[in-house]
Amino acid sequence: MAEPQPDFLHKILQRIDLKTGKDAVQARQVVARELKARGVSALRVTRFATAVSEIARNVIVHGGGGHFTVGLNAATSYLDVECRDRGRGIPDIDQAMKDGFTTAGGLGRGLGGAKRLSDRFEIETVPGQGTTVRMSAKI
Amino acid sequence: MSGVASIHLVENALLVSIQDDVTDTEIIDLQDALSNRIADENVDGVIVDISALEIVDTFVGRVIAQLAGISRLLAAETYVVGMRPAVAVTLVELGMYLPQTRTALSLSHALAQLRRG
Amino acid sequence: MPQTGTATILKIFEADFGGIVEEWRGTQVEEGVRRSDLFTDSESRAQNIELLKAFLTGIRSGVHEQDFSFEDTAWEDLRAVLADLTKERVSRGVTPSEMANFVLALKTPLFSRLATELAGDTDRLIAEIRLVTRLIDAFAIYTNEVFIAEREQIIERQREEMMELSTPVVELWDRVLTLPLIGTLDSARSQEVMENLLETILQRQAEVVIVDITGVSTVDTQVAQHLLRAAAAVRLMGAECIISGISPMIAQTMVQLGIDVGTVSTRSSIRTALADALRKVGYVIEKRDAH
Repeated sequence: MAEPQPDFLHKILQRIDLKTGKDAVQARQVVARELKARGVSALRVTRFATAVSEIARNVIVHGGGGHFTVGLNAATSYLDVECRDRGRGIPDIDQAMKDGFTTAGGLGRGLGGAKRLSDRFEIETVPGQGTTVRMSAKI
Repeated sequence: MSGVASIHLVENALLVSIQDDVTDTEIIDLQDALSNRIADENVDGVIVDISALEIVDTFVGRVIAQLAGISRLLAAETYVVGMRPAVAVTLVELGMYLPQTRTALSLSHALAQLRRG
Repeated sequence: MPQTGTATILKIFEADFGGIVEEWRGTQVEEGVRRSDLFTDSESRAQNIELLKAFLTGIRSGVHEQDFSFEDTAWEDLRAVLADLTKERVSRGVTPSEMANFVLALKTPLFSRLATELAGDTDRLIAEIRLVTRLIDAFAIYTNEVFIAEREQIIERQREEMMELSTPVVELWDRVLTLPLIGTLDSARSQEVMENLLETILQRQAEVVIVDITGVSTVDTQVAQHLLRAAAAVRLMGAECIISGISPMIAQTMVQLGIDVGTVSTRSSIRTALADALRKVGYVIEKRDAH
């Protein structure tokens, strides 16, 4: 498992509890707003906000809720997002990252897709204890 | 329920504009409401305007694809209109090509296509 | 350890600034670093003087206990003069080694003056020469860095200009666009091409887009994938995509590679694609009888 970036979430901008779909919407809207405010192109805003939406939904649907934190990595100019839950965890992470994997009857493109749409992406999961996703977009 | 869009009947099609703050639950409700109205009102088409959407993720993409499948079973075509360039690129990157769904640049384009049959 | 500092070197400069400039310029000629083909004599002299003055300002207040860093404010002048000079030299086609040698040539006049000044005090002479060497070497390295950064900027600018030039989206007819692709199509470029195309579709409300690949050198699996993804994005926006310029050879390669274009329309020439596109937007091309 990769160590978190040393300056990850160096300066925290906002935290949101992820319980319902409304929280997920708020989380991705905050991310979009922060990226736009920093002059990131529409395409890159949409890509990263989409990735955040996928992960936030995972936290709510599979993780039984959790926490979203967005912040800045001033040294490396990244907008960082952390989504953390205390759910069952993911037993086979490599399998889950593949397109087409699903546990909840979905299409199963979420996790792999979120990784492709982020400039940095790492996932840490402990079966029975929960999952943490750290993802970043270059500003 | 600010995200729930109202459904309008335009010519022989149901028109709905999805707002950017739509939640998963609301969009499922919308799918349900649209399915019922397609059957009740015997329309030829459903036009879903997504020009307000900054993102379409795999969940929303899947609901739209399902709506296309449902409406086809009920003898109507689903048109997605007004997709932003950034959303189109992202959906392709996610591998969601929405093959069953018809697309058009705008509401008037979709209506013109429906008139041609 | 004999005491060293910047006192001696500053004294030498103050005693004979003009002489040092002339000798420096002389060494540049001897070593073939001064390019009379690129600079007039007076231009070159003025630049040399300006640069040397800035260097001197740095030495006066930017060296502490033999330590110095060109990032310090004391070296501000030098950085500014160097940035201007480099910009100009890069644009005139001076090479990095010419640029470094130009600075290194400053050692000759300084060493000879130090030798005269400190004749008989070998220890101090060695220590002074060491300090001057470090200063000038660092100066030369810094010059090179500035030089390379300037060149990289030019390359980046040219790359961007080329990118824009090579992906023009042309309005062929009302609601019909064409994108003539030329050269190679890598991931970065295809992303740029796709974005540009989709934005134009939105602006012009175009209904049909012809992506012409006549000028694309090779179509392998990856290039085909880029094209098909672009076509898929075009369709999602509500326009139609026709890929034209598929030569018989490209068609054979694509089949051999097992590339399935799915529902994307393909045409051998832009001519047939244009006829198709016009028909789709409601026009008919008709030949008049008399011709």
